[in-house]
Amino acid sequence: MKRLFLWLPLTVFVAFLATVAVGLRTPPETEIRSQMIGKAMPDFALQPAVASHPPLSAGDLRTGRPRLVNVFASWCVPCKAEAPQLMALKRRGVPIDGVAVRDRGEDVARFLADWGDPFERIGADPASRFQFALGSSGVPETFVVDGKGVIRHQHIGDIRPENVGEIIAAYEAAK
Amino acid sequence: MIAEAGLAALWLAAALSLLQLGLGIAALKSSPSLLGEGDHAQHGGGVAEEASSATPPPRYAGSPSPSPMGRMGDAIRPIAIVQAVLVGLAFLALIQLFLRTDLSVKLVAANSHSLKPWLYKFAGAWGNHEGSMLLWVTVLALAGAAVALFERRLPERTLIATLAAQAAIGLGFYAFLLFSSNPFERLFPVPAEGNGLNPLLQDPGLAFHPPTLYFGYVGVSIAFSFAVGALVTRDVGTAFARAMRPWVLGAWIFLTLGITAGSYWAYYELGWGGWWFWDPVENASLMPWLAATALLHSVTVLATRDGLRAWTVMLAVVAFSMSMVGTFLVRSGILTSVHSFAVDPERGAFILVLLALYIGGALTLFGLRVGTVKEGSTFEPVSREGALVLNNLLLSAVLGIVLVGTLYPLIVEAATGEKLSVGPPYFNAAAGPLALVLVAAMAAGPLLRWRRDRLREVAGRIALPILVTAIALLALILFVPGLRILPLLGLMLALGAGAASLAPLWKRKLLRTPLFTWGMVVAHLGIAVALAGMASESAFTKETLVAARVGETVSVGPYRLRFASVEPLAGPNWTAVEARLVVSRGAGPPFVLLPQSRMFSSPPTETSEAAIATRLDGQLYTVIGKPDGGGRWQLRLWWKPFVTLIWLGGALVAFGGFLALVGRVSRERRSVRQEAWA
Repeated sequence: MKRLFLWLPLTVFVAFLATVAVGLRTPPETEIRSQMIGKAMPDFALQPAVASHPPLSAGDLRTGRPRLVNVFASWCVPCKAEAPQLMALKRRGVPIDGVAVRDRGEDVARFLADWGDPFERIGADPASRFQFALGSSGVPETFVVDGKGVIRHQHIGDIRPENVGEIIAAYEAAK
Repeated sequence: MIAEAGLAALWLAAALSLLQLGLGIAALKSSPSLLGEGDHAQHGGGVAEEASSATPPPRYAGSPSPSPMGRMGDAIRPIAIVQAVLVGLAFLALIQLFLRTDLSVKLVAANSHSLKPWLYKFAGAWGNHEGSMLLWVTVLALAGAAVALFERRLPERTLIATLAAQAAIGLGFYAFLLFSSNPFERLFPVPAEGNGLNPLLQDPGLAFHPPTLYFGYVGVSIAFSFAVGALVTRDVGTAFARAMRPWVLGAWIFLTLGITAGSYWAYYELGWGGWWFWDPVENASLMPWLAATALLHSVTVLATRDGLRAWTVMLAVVAFSMSMVGTFLVRSGILTSVHSFAVDPERGAFILVLLALYIGGALTLFGLRVGTVKEGSTFEPVSREGALVLNNLLLSAVLGIVLVGTLYPLIVEAATGEKLSVGPPYFNAAAGPLALVLVAAMAAGPLLRWRRDRLREVAGRIALPILVTAIALLALILFVPGLRILPLLGLMLALGAGAASLAPLWKRKLLRTPLFTWGMVVAHLGIAVALAGMASESAFTKETLVAARVGETVSVGPYRLRFASVEPLAGPNWTAVEARLVVSRGAGPPFVLLPQSRMFSSPPTETSEAAIATRLDGQLYTVIGKPDGGGRWQLRLWWKPFVTLIWLGGALVAFGGFLALVGRVSRERRSVRQEAWA
């Protein structure tokens, strides 16, 4: 018994080695994925963000067709960078709704005038509450939601030209 | 040329380290009779320290010996010294390259900039992965050389095994430097300008904090090598413990200073107003400290009473293992942290292999050999030894909690793929109560007698501190209602333990009290002082976060601050905005605080330079944040009563260690001299 006890430190150390060896092999990933992927959208009803667009609520995402939900803000620089890609997605027939995080109506309107307007509906999320419920930790983020309101895909950060293909693939897969 | 000379010195040092290891093994092999020939524990068994220290083991080392083993053994000391000189030269070469901003060297180009103030060029030499690893091996070699130069008490075969173990550790890290992190690599074409140093590191703290911590981290390697040497030669006893103790003490002083300084640095440089964040790298420095603190106490039991043999050897291995695990965690980028400047899985894998070899090897040796080390003497539970064992168990438990908390995200990710982080709520709740029990044990321990004591007599000795504790508790409950439980217990225990830590001096002639007893008293008092600071900070801190316009007045704690103006400002390699805060307290004369928010251009970074006013009863901590675009500026203000006690306590602990070290070494000297006269 005592002999076995003397080998305990080595056993613990080998377990440590095994753990970190596994840790080293997985590439360091700093993105935090939403826990909501594969789950239904939470129930929500947002206020309108701008007068020109109707607001967004849970029912609008259960229309039998998949949609994109883009979490954005007028104060966010990468959101401007991804605007052309969102416009390209719209031209290819992908319906997109927006959630304006911590924003003001006049700023959102100016943002849409300056950088293009890919959105059908835009909801206002003044305190980031809906954003957190989605499991989104920053702007911009884009979610693919299927026709039953289930979140199928999350894209973190701005959509670059090379990402458009994967977003369309996720959209097609959600049909 | 300097870079090539530095690289050549590094290669030569590595070769000498190989020679040191080879000679050590050969010397031990060529004389098998010297291996495992009983242990030298007879000396101290059952005798009090004062009596036993008069009969140290004979001085084997350094005496000319005719056998081939002796000759080979004699060569080991000079080799260790020359090796340290060579790697020291390599390190000086790197510093010289940074001071000249020699941009043809890749490391300099990546981490320095010609416009940097010279102090940061100098300190920039170790403010990066390769340089800090070179500092690591430099300290390792210096520690080995120090043992070769000064260690005269250890039997020669143990000394040879110790230096061979030290060379084995060095060899792996030389290989790491030379094959995977060469600091002297050239760059072609030569860039016109360097990339600059991370602005967070552009602080005088960088010049002192890492070297201090490294002397501590790597200094513990000596204890590790001693333990390996003792296991190889099966020589674990009082003589071994007394030889090891000053080295452990020295490394521990540096660790204490390094952690204390690092905590203060993070406190004023990061601008978050916190003094400990349970960041993985902070934990990486705390874990060796906890293990070294436990080792320091168990080695005393071994030196004085010849108990806890296997446990002490184990702790010596664990302490340095924690240093290496810390280095690995930081350098591999496997845990994200503000400190991990080299995120490189290949390097991580290299260090992991080194860890497997050294720690795995030492623990295997432990499993094989420690069973053959004879059991030391035993003792009653109520005794000084009993208290020290309790101290060791608690320190080990805290160490386990910190280790599990640090590694938990890794374990979970390996098992389930889920990502999470472990923060202060876990550490404070899990380690806090144990730390408080530990302080209570620390208060009582020194008042117990060695070997056996009676509870009733102990109670008599400890009555006054307990009275102080009770009065403190009563006063706190009456006058400061609404305290949370941990700060309340912390403040109460700080007062009680402070009183108890002075108790060993009662009824003694202060001038005749040995210096190492003074050291213990001062170090224990330092713990109580630091605890008082921590508890006070967490109980009484006042925080004000506002967006203020110029001209507005805000208040925090007893202070009123008028936001007088905000001005742009330019430094040597940064621009800043500086707020002018006119501060007054009651009717006292107003003074000015100037917090800055700095923008560095290369690399582009912003830092907050907090402005701090230190008063006898605490610190006022002010930070200026971002403008809101509407003419208002974020101001973050804290009043932290008695927060300075945290670092004052840390400094006292280190100073206590220093007194103990001087006391021990001078006593050893004296006993050696007495022996020479006899």
